[in-house]
Amino acid sequence: MSPTLSDASPVLADAHDGLAILEGQSVAQAYGIPLAVLLELTHRCPLQCGYCSNPVEMERAGNELTTDEWKKVLTELAEIGVLQVHFSGGEPSVRKDLVELVRHANDLGLYTNLITSAVLITRERLTEIADAGLAHIQISFQANDPVLANRIGGFKNGHAKKLEVAQWSRELGLPLTVNAVMHRQNLHQLREMIGLAVALDADRIEVANVQYYGWALKNRAALMPTIEQIDEATSIVEEERARLRGILDIDFVVPDYYALRPKKCMGGWGRQFFNITPSGKILPCHAAETITELDFESVRSNHSIAWIWQNSDAFNRYRGTGWMPEPCQSCAFKEVDYGGCRCQAFALTGSAGNTDPACHLSPLHEAIFKTAEREASEGGDRFIYRNFAGGTLEPEL
Amino acid sequence: MSGIVAPATRRRMSVSEESVPALSRGTKLRLDETRQRWVLLVPERVMAPDEIAVEVLKLCDGQRSVAEIIEQLAAAYAAPREEIAGDVIAMLQDLADSGFLVEGKKP
Repeated sequence: MSPTLSDASPVLADAHDGLAILEGQSVAQAYGIPLAVLLELTHRCPLQCGYCSNPVEMERAGNELTTDEWKKVLTELAEIGVLQVHFSGGEPSVRKDLVELVRHANDLGLYTNLITSAVLITRERLTEIADAGLAHIQISFQANDPVLANRIGGFKNGHAKKLEVAQWSRELGLPLTVNAVMHRQNLHQLREMIGLAVALDADRIEVANVQYYGWALKNRAALMPTIEQIDEATSIVEEERARLRGILDIDFVVPDYYALRPKKCMGGWGRQFFNITPSGKILPCHAAETITELDFESVRSNHSIAWIWQNSDAFNRYRGTGWMPEPCQSCAFKEVDYGGCRCQAFALTGSAGNTDPACHLSPLHEAIFKTAEREASEGGDRFIYRNFAGGTLEPEL
Repeated sequence: MSGIVAPATRRRMSVSEESVPALSRGTKLRLDETRQRWVLLVPERVMAPDEIAVEVLKLCDGQRSVAEIIEQLAAAYAAPREEIAGDVIAMLQDLADSGFLVEGKKP
């Protein structure tokens, strides 16, 4: 046995803690079942955020999986080796069976996470959810200033309600992540939002810059930050991380419109993650339905979830590196970023098989970057609110 | 301003030989039957502890002190106590800074 703890294993990410972030299988010929799965229980949501990652064509309540169908899905996920489930939406607490689903998942030994807007949750319901075995709760905040926050979410008094639910969460002993979706209209409050997370006794804050597909693409002109805002946000995060070490974990990803190389989206298409939609479709990413040229298999089909993961056309289409066009195919980074984001390539170039224009090697990068810069400086601030009617323009400000 | 009644005053856990570490509520050490390895399930991530990290994490039961954990490991691995002590405290401090440990009950 090694006399020190630090060099005991080749999977060490860090010299001290003996832990590496466990990624799904990295062996190209066998795509192992993901460790974590996102379950979008519903697309219904009382909030109307213009950056929602749900597709613009949302699933109606009548198409949602039933309680029994979701329970069967959870059982199958646990059997094939999934370890963590994230209950999301839409707003997952709209589902009357949320407590029952959390309990079922917990009984199966799954680690359960609730990703919620929180505005519909009563103290009684939260207590039931916690008692059902919830391991962690993530609550979104739209800004630090209540007026701005409620305007962004398009929901009256939402911010006050969120504060209340966050406090109850901590009183019940639930670990809390504050999810802060950032864009041009709230980045000036980033430091205050980190302060809010500390005041709420949160364990983590996710500073999530908007990703531009689905609803967010519709609202890009109202959301696109300036490069100065991104630079300032990056230095605020660095300062606050140093100041809050051991108190608050800060997760931050630079928006890829302003990066030179694309993000390793979802850890690579079909490599370590999948998502189940309200109607049971299995997607390689929560935004993948925006790629209208793909068909996705459902848990309601005759195929098992494992079969769909391994064999369905939608998963295999952009897996690995074989599908890549130039300049990706001969690029030294092709197994670093796996070609970036397919949804973004589709949204901005019309084909999901093209190079992600976030990459500076894309022939479209320059034009798109210029558009982003122009929208950041000239775009109006009115949102197109998310709803089942295809969106409603915010009244004059 | 933000309507918070009582701002929290969370402090950084400073690990010493007197600390009595326990896994925090959102942190679960489990044997992954499918992949035949131990995993640490934490909010929004799955961590892969190495063999010795697993041994250390198993001893973080909210009853044992860090001093006791060090002695147990020094005996188990027949290694000098002072060498084990530095490594264990550094590892536990990193785990605490990541939010995976809390101070357990004093006996």
